[in-house]
Amino acid sequence: MKTTPSDNNKAYWRANISLLSKLLVVWFVVSFGCGIILVDWLDQFSLFGFKLGFWFAQQGAIYVFVALIFIYAWRMKIIDRQFGVSDDEDEA
Amino acid sequence: MSTQMLTYLFVGLSFALYIGIAIWSRASSTKDFYVAGGGVHPVVNGMATAADWMSAASFISMAGIISFVGRDGSVYLLGWTGGYVLLAFLLAPYLRKFGRFTVPDFIGERYYSRAARIVAVVCLIFVSFTYVAGQMRGVGIVFSRFLEVDVSTGVIIGMAVVFMYAVLGGMKGITYTQVAQYCVLIFAYMVPAIFISIMMTDNPIPQLGFGSEVNDGSGLSVLEKLDSVLLDLGFSAYTEGSKSTIDVFAITAALMFGTAGLPHVLVRFFTVPNVSDARLSAGYALVFIAILYTTAPAVASFARLNLVDTVHNTPYAEAPEWFGNWEDTGLIAWQDKNNDGIMQYGSGAALSPTKPSFEGNTGAHGERLLNNQPTESINEVYIDRDIMVLANPEIAGLPGWVIALVAAGGVAAALSTAAGLLLVISSSISHDLLKKTLLPKITEKQELLYARIAAAAAVCIAGLFGIYPPAFVAQVVAFAFGLAAASLFPALLLGIFSKRANKEGAISGMLVGLVFTFSYIAYFKFVAPELNSAEHWLWGISPEGIGTIGMILNFVIAITVSRLTAKPPQSVQELVDNIRIPSGAKAATNH
Repeated sequence: MKTTPSDNNKAYWRANISLLSKLLVVWFVVSFGCGIILVDWLDQFSLFGFKLGFWFAQQGAIYVFVALIFIYAWRMKIIDRQFGVSDDEDEA
Repeated sequence: MSTQMLTYLFVGLSFALYIGIAIWSRASSTKDFYVAGGGVHPVVNGMATAADWMSAASFISMAGIISFVGRDGSVYLLGWTGGYVLLAFLLAPYLRKFGRFTVPDFIGERYYSRAARIVAVVCLIFVSFTYVAGQMRGVGIVFSRFLEVDVSTGVIIGMAVVFMYAVLGGMKGITYTQVAQYCVLIFAYMVPAIFISIMMTDNPIPQLGFGSEVNDGSGLSVLEKLDSVLLDLGFSAYTEGSKSTIDVFAITAALMFGTAGLPHVLVRFFTVPNVSDARLSAGYALVFIAILYTTAPAVASFARLNLVDTVHNTPYAEAPEWFGNWEDTGLIAWQDKNNDGIMQYGSGAALSPTKPSFEGNTGAHGERLLNNQPTESINEVYIDRDIMVLANPEIAGLPGWVIALVAAGGVAAALSTAAGLLLVISSSISHDLLKKTLLPKITEKQELLYARIAAAAAVCIAGLFGIYPPAFVAQVVAFAFGLAAASLFPALLLGIFSKRANKEGAISGMLVGLVFTFSYIAYFKFVAPELNSAEHWLWGISPEGIGTIGMILNFVIAITVSRLTAKPPQSVQELVDNIRIPSGAKAATNH
């Protein structure tokens, strides 16, 4: 089946939104969830000598943020190519 | 060589390096000046973004604040890093695809409106100037303590250096000096942190060190020991919070969304070659930032424990040398309330009013005498939290070259941020105000000249703020984030993710967000500061966190008004379709 460029672009945009919504859920859970809302409850557990909630608030969430951006950049590169909208040729 | 000589040497060498880079990377076109030619490698841009982002506040003050507030300090750690996720997902790639020079450029084009562009310029200038004044002050503090020149001379030297590379090199000069400044500042931050971590816990990784056992045989970890020591002295436990959950939530959100809306950070993503590089570059930026931001809480806990150990119950006559050095700068003071010659440290303000005012004579033990009234509290020691990072190497007894390094790092942090801010101010004036609004007929050469003049003027105004700081600056800096979150962030986000968002919606949203947030802050900080406590706040949200509510208001109004008024024109809907697709980013820049 042939799709018009505009349908293709709409599907690409939906794929992007779906990926970034999933990653934003993780972003919210580690920072606002573990680091703020659940911090006191998590503090009963311990990790590397830290109370777990405290660790999320001052260390863990930041590591997850870094990972999230690289996962997004990597997955998006694949999605870009899949829909033929990648900027590969721009690099040449 | 003495510590003093080493400090001159390190700071002097770093300045020579920055100026050398500035001469090597002069800007020859407006594109060089505004976006460094648009061909910066994502790792290089990430490093420059990190230096741009980490200001004197991150380098000097953040660990100090965390040191004194413990877990509540997490708002800064989460807020100032989590924003990069939003930036990478929601803004940076699309703004890069849009591919012009400034943030008001995007708002002006997307909302097909000169008024929207001007509102964006006003938000940008307000946010950036409050910020830059704090940087110049930071340079002044470092100079006055480490090079023993007065604050004004320090500010003038700092201005001269920024002038050199911001005016000559524009974004191109700034990008490459920021890379050098990042290297200087991160080295200067990590070396003492690693030393202290080894000294206290035998663990060379500070990020793990503050959860490890203290090597004094007590069998307690650093945080456990800190909790118990602080509880003994009448403080609350370090690892427990005292702010309400809703307030911590609101402040963190305001800082995160504010970060994503800050023009001097956003504009860095206009400098990379294409869209996928913009995504990656945000990741690299956060890696470079996270190195410092995950070390800061470790430094904070080490420093607090060290401080209590060194100061509490120590006779003043036996106090280490650094105590006297910092007393000379007015950032530490001791008032012998019980006349025993021994310093007692505890919870509560030591002095009334809180900040020391010295009467000019020295007392029985050699301490500087104070005009302040003693308070009821048994605490006799005033400590300004800004010194925790700067004095940390001295408190831990590290060698002179480490102390000199920290001085060079503090200056690098302040200068790199100041330069980035000055650039967005000058380009919004020369590009958005002059070229796009008032004098559309000027040639590129003339625009470049105006950009340089605007940068020079901005440096001078920033310097004046540094020398004669208006009393409100220190308080306002933290609010720049709330204002950015409540004004620019929603307009940018809707501009990309909603084709229905139109100029009526964007302008009313920005104005309502800005006015609401600004009024709330002004009311509690300037109009009725005596009411500034949780029971008077809206839903228990402090002025620091109110930007989050301002942002929600902005979104609600922008969406509602957009629905009730005409759709944006076809050309704008096509623009939105175009920026959502990565391909063709290079072509878009060469318009």
